[in-house]
Amino acid sequence: MGGWQESPALLPPGTYFMSGNEACAEGALAAGCRFYAGYPITPSSEIMVHMAQRLPELGGNFMQMEDELGSIAAVIGAAWGGLKAMTATSGPGISLMLENIGYAIMTETPCVIVDVQRAGPSTGQASRPAQGDIMQARWGTHGGVDLIALAPWSVQEMYELTIRAFNLAERFRVPVFLLADEIVGHLHETVTIPPAVRTFERLRWPQEMPFDTPEPDGVPPMPAFGEGAYLLVTGSTHDGRGYRRTTDAAVQDRLMRRLSAKIRRHQDEIDDWEEYSLEDAERVLVACGSAARSALWAVQQARRQGRPVGLLRLKSLWPFPDEVVASRCGGRREIIVPEMNLGQLAGEVRRAAGVPVTSLTQVDGEPIDPRRILAYLLEEVW
Amino acid sequence: MAASSTVPPASLLRQAYLRQSTAFCPGCGHGIFMNAFLRAAAALPLDFDRTVFVSGIGCGAWVPSPHFLADTLHVTHGRAMAFAAGVQRARPDLNIVVISGDGDLATIGGNHLIHAARRQTPIKVFCLNNWLFGMTGGQVSATTPREARTATTPAGNPDPPFDLVRLVLGAGAPFAARWPVSLPRQLARGIEHALREPGFAFVEVLSICPTHFGRINEPLFPAGEAPQSIPWRMLEWLRRQCIEREKAAALSPEERAGKILIGEWRGEECWP
Repeated sequence: MGGWQESPALLPPGTYFMSGNEACAEGALAAGCRFYAGYPITPSSEIMVHMAQRLPELGGNFMQMEDELGSIAAVIGAAWGGLKAMTATSGPGISLMLENIGYAIMTETPCVIVDVQRAGPSTGQASRPAQGDIMQARWGTHGGVDLIALAPWSVQEMYELTIRAFNLAERFRVPVFLLADEIVGHLHETVTIPPAVRTFERLRWPQEMPFDTPEPDGVPPMPAFGEGAYLLVTGSTHDGRGYRRTTDAAVQDRLMRRLSAKIRRHQDEIDDWEEYSLEDAERVLVACGSAARSALWAVQQARRQGRPVGLLRLKSLWPFPDEVVASRCGGRREIIVPEMNLGQLAGEVRRAAGVPVTSLTQVDGEPIDPRRILAYLLEEVW
Repeated sequence: MAASSTVPPASLLRQAYLRQSTAFCPGCGHGIFMNAFLRAAAALPLDFDRTVFVSGIGCGAWVPSPHFLADTLHVTHGRAMAFAAGVQRARPDLNIVVISGDGDLATIGGNHLIHAARRQTPIKVFCLNNWLFGMTGGQVSATTPREARTATTPAGNPDPPFDLVRLVLGAGAPFAARWPVSLPRQLARGIEHALREPGFAFVEVLSICPTHFGRINEPLFPAGEAPQSIPWRMLEWLRRQCIEREKAAALSPEERAGKILIGEWRGEECWP
């Protein structure tokens, strides 16, 4: 039971005009999401509003919770009830969810967390875009074990990568971040809905152990409540059957390493990126999300003026696509990373590629003006 | 309660419903609650195969997990009610029971508790109130009595405690009860009543923590004629302090002063 299958997209196939947040909600529904719990926050609220309307039509469950701690808690509870489940928020809400995101990692609970990033620490600028949560998504919860994060740059990708986020969550039993931002969340664009989508359905019990596997794949099948599994689900260190082993060094070591290895070992399945004019590029831009839209325009304009520049656009951010970045960035004259934070992506690119990186940062709550990037490519001013 | 007479003794109940022996301190009130709960579960009966037990962090949370032979969800500190709400919505066909402590449900998790009561989510909640944080070494909680000493109120607790029954009734709970572990039969019957409720039901279980509360507050629990252990003295104190609400109604304010009302309350009678 379970595994990859073709599922009909719920909307009739065709071209639609919608916002990124609506496309995200429709992608979730097409992926099989039947539970949503959330708390209102700009600039993500349209996802929740859309789910509140659509889920009851599909026999699903919608809950507006008392806060973000409760939202992710309810999502995890529903996932153990057997449903595909999601929440959406922005940075302040992610900050509140982080402890339970660690719980989801530890209990290997599949779920999708959409972060429509906004500007600034704390309340910051609620309706302004930023990319300041890249490191928070990866390192925010304590313990430092891997998870998965994807970065959409368009309304079309808000649809497609939300589906992918669910598939990866169910495939690897891990929380998956969709690291969107205010621009792609509120942008209205055309979206093509295909006749069918590929979904991954949870591998079900019965197996001997719900929390370990001797298989090299590293991902144990997942029972649900009410199936006679007598589940011991706990965020404390546990053995393969769920019994707490909170002073056992070997169990803790095996658990930590397997939780990360089940992601890292399958990096080929997760890595996702696009390349533009890279073949002969002497200078390469590396960007993600809406900053990559500005970067692409600048690359196209610079090319028209005969400049050998290219763009590597990362669609998956965690686990960081080290080999993709290293192989595309090695031997170039300059690597340039434009982003809406103080250099989070640049630092990862520098680490992965092992080359000097020019970090172009903008943190004023405005989209990066593509002309700024072009000016850098032509005249090296920022 | 004719059914109660057919319930097997505690040792057999534990064989039937538990995975392993418990790790509670000698004299802990939670073991009395566990026996009373299993007695109620056997009397109903409560089908453990169709029940999910949700608990947070702390000694009370250890009653169901890892002990009960059922599906258990042992979650982050304070969030049991929110996790349980998600499970309940996903699986309305299952019984959802939350068993956790006063630190977990009423201190760090108070917001989730009152909202679950307001929504009247069909969850049965048992809050094991031992008046402080036991697992972390006896720190003050939202239910520590005023003036009581704890590890973090060495000069006595300056703050008044929550009345948990009034809290959840005020939040909209249709059913709330309070029973002490010093009256195990009434407690078992009260648990049975709560489990029979169709909607949200909350039971404050007055438990005891001799290790952390009893030793540091020993003068509160005077010995009787013969020297007795601290757990015994705490149970005696609870028995003296608790008075059924129906009986309390006949007492003068002076006679009622300092007493703890026990019994069952319905939301509609509190808010006419």
